[in-house]
Amino acid sequence: IELTDEQKEFQATARKFAVEEIIPVAAQYDKTGEYPLPLIKRAWELGLMNSHIPESCGGLGLGSFEACLITEELAYGCTGVQTAIEANSLGQMPVIIAGNEHQQKKYLGRMTEEPMMCAYCVTEPGAGSDVAGIKTKAEKKGDEYVINGQKMWITNGGKANWYFLLARTNPDPKAPASKAFTGFIVEADSPGIQIGRKEMNMGQRCSDTRGIVFEDVRVPKENVLITEGAGFKIAMGAFDKTRPPVAAGAVGLAKRALDEATRYALERKTFGKPIVEHQAVSFLLAEMAMKVELARMAYQRAAWEVDAGRRNTYYASIAKAFAGDIANQVATDAVQIFGGNGFNTEYPVEKLMRDAKIFQV
Amino acid sequence: MAGLRVLVGVKRVIDYAVKVRVAAGGGGVQTQGVKHSLNPFCEIALEEGVRLRERGAAAEVVAVSVGTRVCQAIDDDCNQTGQLLAAMLDWPQGTFASRVEPEGEWVRVQREVDGGLETLRLRLPAVLTADLRLNEPRYATLPNIMKAKKKPLEVVAASEFLGGGSPPAPPRLRVLKLEEPPPRGGGQRVDDVPALLERLRASGCI
Repeated sequence: IELTDEQKEFQATARKFAVEEIIPVAAQYDKTGEYPLPLIKRAWELGLMNSHIPESCGGLGLGSFEACLITEELAYGCTGVQTAIEANSLGQMPVIIAGNEHQQKKYLGRMTEEPMMCAYCVTEPGAGSDVAGIKTKAEKKGDEYVINGQKMWITNGGKANWYFLLARTNPDPKAPASKAFTGFIVEADSPGIQIGRKEMNMGQRCSDTRGIVFEDVRVPKENVLITEGAGFKIAMGAFDKTRPPVAAGAVGLAKRALDEATRYALERKTFGKPIVEHQAVSFLLAEMAMKVELARMAYQRAAWEVDAGRRNTYYASIAKAFAGDIANQVATDAVQIFGGNGFNTEYPVEKLMRDAKIFQV
Repeated sequence: MAGLRVLVGVKRVIDYAVKVRVAAGGGGVQTQGVKHSLNPFCEIALEEGVRLRERGAAAEVVAVSVGTRVCQAIDDDCNQTGQLLAAMLDWPQGTFASRVEPEGEWVRVQREVDGGLETLRLRLPAVLTADLRLNEPRYATLPNIMKAKKKPLEVVAASEFLGGGSPPAPPRLRVLKLEEPPPRGGGQRVDDVPALLERLRASGCI
């Protein structure tokens, strides 16, 4: 695959930003868990955020492939920062693929006018993988819907200006998933929304993850995406476009782990030579490199398919599953190569191991 | 001043971070498979041109590159191009510029020299070369990258500028040989300055 000149430039800008501005502060954000607002503002200024937003709303209208290139570079710097940024794309995607002109101008337009966040509210305490099992209810009352329920693990939950929310509109338990749910755009300052505390997680600690309770939250019918009952397909369709960048994030982390381990192996000496000259270490590095390259090819295929207008669920799922697994393996191997130093917070690899886990979840 | 036009030469060279190696045969340096980038000094010069235009001191910035389709040169670090050009044009020159301020028909140039800073006032048009301290090139933002693609990129055959159809004179320099410096040998430790002097004398260095 040969990148176009433009794609190479995008990648170069993202890489420069990651190396010069994210890496120097990533460890500190991980320690404090503080939301990396200055980095997010900078990424917004450089055009690295909101890449999917159509040009009609002030965005760049880029495809999944470009989003993946940028995401891999940002993730190389810190996946906590990258996840906070990526959650914007996830929240926006239902509006991009299913929003009408008015909804797009209103909710996507505001995101290109100033740096702001949005969130994708689907997961609940009782339903994650099983999206069809969500229980949040939306009842039609006049010109509004009244929402009641609980969402969990919402990235940017405490920072979002608006949410994409999936709720059950058909109370009949026998109704098929493809008709029972509706997608809504919900303003975050709507009365009745209770934002939970920031969750303290194993990794990607600077990212803002929260539970959110919806108590009699009223949403105008104009904020329904497409129509009542169309929500499940919209939510799943969003994943097809955003799963490749998640895989790309995992690859960025794995590449970072590989680079750090390689550099260390060339310097650290045991038994009279740099440890890279011991076959066990060099074999390990070779396998790490193989995994990074293969995972990259997997996400590139998935992104290329969806940008070409084809259904890519198969490739996107493979890419994400594979990249998540290798990211964990490569990060763990990197800690191993660093030995005792790898276990220590003064060295960068223990953070990578903690950050990697979520990609498998 | 409105109407001032800035021409910036840009060249693709071996990336500054790459360890340069002599090519087999000793006739040049290895370029195959070696990372190439925009010469960082060209980038700084271009940034200065853009800044002049943004503050209204210049009306137009034109970037030019000369060469084959990939416009590649091995930058020898010879520090001659700007000076040669000024001499050929019979224009004044301000090299190693760390500050550039157009003043009507003149330009004030602060130069980095060995003893410190030297400020010159040159009558326009003039040739300037950039020092690393001139500015910090900005990021190429993604929207700007996309806009750049739509900007005109003219390709002009060199013969159009040479007039009369005569080809340029062949180069008058021929590279005879290129070799790496000898590998660094071990050093010696001495305990104090008198011992150092004794060693230097004994080895014939002084």
